[in-house]
Amino acid sequence: MSGHAVAIGMAVLALVAVPYATAEIYYVNIASQILLYAVFALGLSVLVGYAGLVSLGHAGLFGVASYAVAYLLAAGHGHAVAIVAGLAIALIVTAGFAALSLRATGISFIMITLALGEILWGLAYRWISVTNGDNGINVATRPAPFGISLASARGFYGATLIVFLIAVAAVAIFVRSPFGAALRGTRDQPRRMTALGYHVWMIRFWAFMFSGFLTSVAGILFVYYNQFISPQAVALAASAEALLMVISGGAGTLLGPIVGAALVVIIKNVASAYVERWNFLLGAIFVAIVVFMPEGLVPGVVRLARTAWRTVRRSKLATPSPLAGPKP
Amino acid sequence: MTALAVTGLSKSFGGLQVTANVNLAVEPGERRLIIGPNGAGKTTLFNLITGEIAPDGGSVVLFGRDITRLASRNRAHLGLARTYQIITLFARDTILRNVTLALLGLSPLRWNPVIALHRQQHLVAAGRAALERVGLAHIADRPLAETSYGEKRRVEIAMALAQNPKVLLLDEPFAGLSIDERSDVRKLLVAIPRDVTIVMIEHDMDTALDLADRITLMHFGEVIVEGTRAEVVADPRTREVYLGE
Repeated sequence: MSGHAVAIGMAVLALVAVPYATAEIYYVNIASQILLYAVFALGLSVLVGYAGLVSLGHAGLFGVASYAVAYLLAAGHGHAVAIVAGLAIALIVTAGFAALSLRATGISFIMITLALGEILWGLAYRWISVTNGDNGINVATRPAPFGISLASARGFYGATLIVFLIAVAAVAIFVRSPFGAALRGTRDQPRRMTALGYHVWMIRFWAFMFSGFLTSVAGILFVYYNQFISPQAVALAASAEALLMVISGGAGTLLGPIVGAALVVIIKNVASAYVERWNFLLGAIFVAIVVFMPEGLVPGVVRLARTAWRTVRRSKLATPSPLAGPKP
Repeated sequence: MTALAVTGLSKSFGGLQVTANVNLAVEPGERRLIIGPNGAGKTTLFNLITGEIAPDGGSVVLFGRDITRLASRNRAHLGLARTYQIITLFARDTILRNVTLALLGLSPLRWNPVIALHRQQHLVAAGRAALERVGLAHIADRPLAETSYGEKRRVEIAMALAQNPKVLLLDEPFAGLSIDERSDVRKLLVAIPRDVTIVMIEHDMDTALDLADRITLMHFGEVIVEGTRAEVVADPRTREVYLGE
């Protein structure tokens, strides 16, 4: 077995062990939050990192899935119907998002996604007959797939972990695939890609759909985790937060968005218990990341480790150790 | 049948006519050289032929098929390939991955989001073969960013050749190359079999002239002179365009 496979195995084992390692439900819940936001960040990273398209409206898609599930449950439908229909609705909205925003790239793309996200936020806030406005919608119960109840923190963590692992595997496979390579090609040289015979718009569209799908899955985990949804989850701040997860961790890497999600969730929940101005702390950390590791934490740490390793090796070669020195 | 027939092609950017009623008929297997001073509209002509910009009038016919209104990406599938004057490569990837992307562009596999690209042996082998043709196989796994300008030029050509084009458009393949690199690229172009029709833009007359069967001289978006090497060189209008007499 390669070192790579061992590392992955250990990471999965560590994640499985989380609920057994702590007696505190609080920490299990934090871990669930990290994983569900990691799925969100992975979804956004497909667009930001691999397609080179920065979206500031993804919380809208996240929210559509959350609201759809909450609404259908409140209307008396079962969990299976609510989840499948919620995903379908979110994907239809994603297709609309993609069709409108992919008319542009760069800053214009960001502004269109921002505007679309704001429209969805406005709907969540004002379409009271569906969304219950500022009061939000309560979700009475969590589902019990195959008879296993997810009502407990540990049960929910287990389900979230499974979804998370599938999402990571899906993105890992996607990135190595011909389509993934084509997507990165459209990010770096769209003009050349067209000349080579690629349908650049369609490649971006399907990447957007994949991104929207992962985002919707995260939105459904979110609404079941909180058993409540309100317009706050759809707001611009939520989109920006997800984008910060992706960028701080490292867009266009598999591990980056996961690390970014962990960073943001931990600072939000843990640091806020000790530091009153935790938003300030979060901001300061992001500034530090952007200054010292503009490519993000994961690629940045890899780069620093390589530099350090080279420096150590060079200094070993340059200065012979005292033991090997000439004897007096 | 004519390989590439351009008829009455016109394009204006605002008030500036960059392509004025251009006619071009390139026979299968022909080597056509397009020359002309800077701003003559040579690259714009290429962009019109490949469909990167839409013409205001006229038509482009590839082996009897009118492609004037065809999307640019579909022209590649009909056997039209090009290189760029300004290097347009994937700097973050290896040389081999650059060529693999060119091969993938014409393969239905390009939509596949599940299989691992590096395990597609036929694509990888074909990519290495294309690099063999341009003499870069030994550095196939080197990141593109770590290669020299001359090597990048050859990667451009390898990518176009990998697509097995029927008509190959070369936009200044010798630009910015040293004398040694020029002779390498020249050998490479001479070795391209005659089932590929080549249209080449080039400033370097010394290197390019004897590659060409026929030469087209453009100036201010118009075709001024067209003919064999001797005819164009002897034509007084060539002198006028180049020396301003």
